Amino acid sequence: MTRGALRRYVPSLVLFGALLLIWQVVPPLLRIREYLLPGPVAVVRAALNFSIPWHAHIWVTTLEILGGFALAGAGGVALGVAIAWSGTAARALVPFLVVVNTLPKVAVAPLFLLWLGYGVVPNMLIAALIGFFPVVINTAVGLTQIDEELLDLGRVFGAPKWKVFVKIRLPNALPYVLSALKITATAAVVGAIVGEFVASQAGLGMVIVNAQTNLNTPVAFAALAWISVIGLGLYGAVGLAARAWAPWADTP
Amino acid sequence: MIVLDGVGMTYRAASGPVEALRSISFRVDGGELVALVGPSGCGKSTLLRIIAGLRPATTGRVAVGGHAVTGPVPAVGMVFQAPILLKWRRIVENVLLPAELAGLDPGAFRGRALELLRLVGLGDFADRLPRELSGGMQQRAALCRALLLDPPLLLMDEPFGALDAMTRDELNLELLRVWGEGSRTRKTIVFVTHSIVEAVFLADRVVVLTPRPGRVAELVPVPLPRPRTVETRASPAFGALALQIHLLLARSA
Repeated sequence: MTRGALRRYVPSLVLFGALLLIWQVVPPLLRIREYLLPGPVAVVRAALNFSIPWHAHIWVTTLEILGGFALAGAGGVALGVAIAWSGTAARALVPFLVVVNTLPKVAVAPLFLLWLGYGVVPNMLIAALIGFFPVVINTAVGLTQIDEELLDLGRVFGAPKWKVFVKIRLPNALPYVLSALKITATAAVVGAIVGEFVASQAGLGMVIVNAQTNLNTPVAFAALAWISVIGLGLYGAVGLAARAWAPWADTP
Repeated sequence: MIVLDGVGMTYRAASGPVEALRSISFRVDGGELVALVGPSGCGKSTLLRIIAGLRPATTGRVAVGGHAVTGPVPAVGMVFQAPILLKWRRIVENVLLPAELAGLDPGAFRGRALELLRLVGLGDFADRLPRELSGGMQQRAALCRALLLDPPLLLMDEPFGALDAMTRDELNLELLRVWGEGSRTRKTIVFVTHSIVEAVFLADRVVVLTPRPGRVAELVPVPLPRPRTVETRASPAFGALALQIHLLLARSA
């Protein structure tokens, strides 16, 4: 780690450490019971207690998140391309998508489970449903935010529509899509957990629900910690991809 | 090379039809550099687009190279006010864009692209991204892009309007050099500007346009000797021409 990176991360690390310390020390002094607010040590102990089959739960939830993320990404890009490519498609799709997006998707979750039963797939679909809309919008915007003059160049040189699309529109849209995928990464986590809350036989969301009914709060916190590890991993991966694939873009 | 005959252009705005151009007629000979000057909003950029075949005229006829213009004029070189380089492509790849758009093998033009970049002093910047270059350098690259396929006609829409005065003067000289002031094979250029000084310095003739609707107020020949140099701007003849155009614009305003 270079000095610059050190200087950048030290303040947040110090804050994080201080908060952990306060969290560990203060609740016992206030006589707050562990089932209400377990300290960080208890949480870490629960998170590393492998009599709970963490790896199985982590696997299921990760699968749901990644599947939902991939579905949202692929579906969102496809819809965005359709909207940008054809005015008719845009007029047909946009009002419909706006309606779908304004639905509280969390409320649709029980229906998905009713139709598709328990399991990984319905939770993937809920994750995808929550995360796909920003991808559609950003793809369409990125594909159409092109200088008119650049399109004039295409016309002057007799370039067919697909060529302008491949050479100019698609690369222009890439940073927009990647920045939407960061939002989708977070939304997919929410979707997967919501699905597991409603009904599931495995997964970190189910662990939280079970721990809550048993008042085993340290385990609930531990599940939460594992969820945020997965979420951070996915978010970081998308951020790295954005830096690698669209280094010209200004988005952080 | 270019013949404009009674060209008019009316477009529909929210408040009703707006007449942008009215009965514009003039010719541009092959190898001539003609500047269009006029106040902003006089339709000079629109006129350039009509010549390029990117917008249809409402009335009148346009011919380029002996052919009536009915659609985009093939392979004309265009430079706009903004460089509009593709942010994700290196400079040389930006210069090669026209070849790719025209369905030609960009590899065959690479040597020429690098040569053009050297000619405008960007030889060392071929592999940089646009964001690493200053505005003036980006506009030089845009000029190279316009010249890549060696078009006989170059249409320039206030290409140096967004640059500072010093860079603009520098690029004016550069354009004349690249154009090949002395040579016989030089290109035809139509150059839109709102700078009288720039118009007189560059052009063989200046077309002075009136405010909306744009009409031709006067065609002013510029008999200043070529090659033009920094001293050209200081000559009395230069000052007299600039004053003449200034008065024409003031009278028509």
